Amino acid sequence: MNSSTWRYCLRLLRRQLVLAFRRPIEIANPLLFFAIVVALFPLGVGPEPAQLAELAPGILWVVALLANLLTSDVVFRSDFEDGSLEQLLLSPFPLYLSALSYVVAQWLITGLLLAAVSPVFAVMLNLPAGAIPVLMLSLLIGTGVLSLLGCVGVSLTVGLRRGGMLIALLILPFYVPVLIFGSAAVRAATTGAPVGPYLAVLGAFLCLALALAPFAIAAGLRISVDS
Amino acid sequence: MSSPALLSVDKLNLSRGGRELIRELSFELRSGQLLQLVGENGAGKTSLLRVLAGLSRYGFEGSVCSEGLPIFSGQSQYFKRMLYLGHLSGVKGLLTPRENLCWHLSGNCNTDIDAIDYALDCVGLYGYEDVPGHKLSAGQQRRVNLARLYLVDCPIWLLDEPFTAIDRAGVETLEQLLLRHSQEGGAVLFTSHQPLVTVTCSGLVDLKGSQL
Repeated sequence: MNSSTWRYCLRLLRRQLVLAFRRPIEIANPLLFFAIVVALFPLGVGPEPAQLAELAPGILWVVALLANLLTSDVVFRSDFEDGSLEQLLLSPFPLYLSALSYVVAQWLITGLLLAAVSPVFAVMLNLPAGAIPVLMLSLLIGTGVLSLLGCVGVSLTVGLRRGGMLIALLILPFYVPVLIFGSAAVRAATTGAPVGPYLAVLGAFLCLALALAPFAIAAGLRISVDS
Repeated sequence: MSSPALLSVDKLNLSRGGRELIRELSFELRSGQLLQLVGENGAGKTSLLRVLAGLSRYGFEGSVCSEGLPIFSGQSQYFKRMLYLGHLSGVKGLLTPRENLCWHLSGNCNTDIDAIDYALDCVGLYGYEDVPGHKLSAGQQRRVNLARLYLVDCPIWLLDEPFTAIDRAGVETLEQLLLRHSQEGGAVLFTSHQPLVTVTCSGLVDLKGSQL
């Protein structure tokens, strides 16, 4: 990768981050969603600490997954509507890398933030302190996969007026393995079982998604802009 | 024989939504030419430009070549040598004109800050460099997009309705710019419903069928 391509990707990343920070509510939305759901759960299932600790890994992971799904919907939307996406497709740089820059920007403002604040929510659900580092690590890796997969769904549906539900249908089946191994890693940590295998599988998912998803995103964007 | 045309269209058939818009269209865009694409509303001007820009890869028949090579072939340098301005401005309301140009997604803009300020000055946006895009008028947003014409180094310009929402003085400046670009060895294909005021085109491509 030569330096002008590299600089182009960095500019793209910076643009996405600046755009996000000028609308802070977009960044706050998934965190608020996370906070509200975690605060409501003890009211719904009862406040016994033991029971909450039992459910915590599943709850935290499901909420992180849904928060990611909610935010991925907007990644390409405004660029599609104002014609910027056409210009992205015409750029002489590899679309694989441009697509990856969008995903990285999206992950930085959702996945990374969710993973960073997850200890607070873990404490609210009485997750044992020993499992918190595993929760953060599994979220860091897992949300990367979720962002990559989510953007594939968005790139295919960005040309449709109401694509939200369709994305969920398209992408949720692919989210399921990440959910299973992510929550299993945290549950293993609470019982003291080895967490390495689960994290390794998540890491393998991430490698696979990193290698393939940007191609799918690029193809999806071309189809969406072509129609 | 002169060098191959910067853009040559051969027997292009184009249909949209089951309606045949363009039939057997052939024309060439050569260095030094300023061509106007005319046709009534819905005649397929934008669809044609999108095909030529490489945004529509399917739904048409015929060949589109640049300097003898099909535009999608691997060896073709077409996308480095072509600038497309669509009828959507692509200007982000949350970014300033300076940021819009510096971080432009097409990747072929000069990102030097002095060059950008000069370009904004040329399109009459001196003093608006740091005003958020959503505070600019529709015409000023179009002008931000037009500033790209001063920042690129591409011979082929494909412009979809470049004069929309531009005031009379701006139209004149833009016409002179198009003329200068074609005189300097570039080639311009643009759509517009009005004839040019201060310069003359080197030709018309009429989507009714009579090509020059």
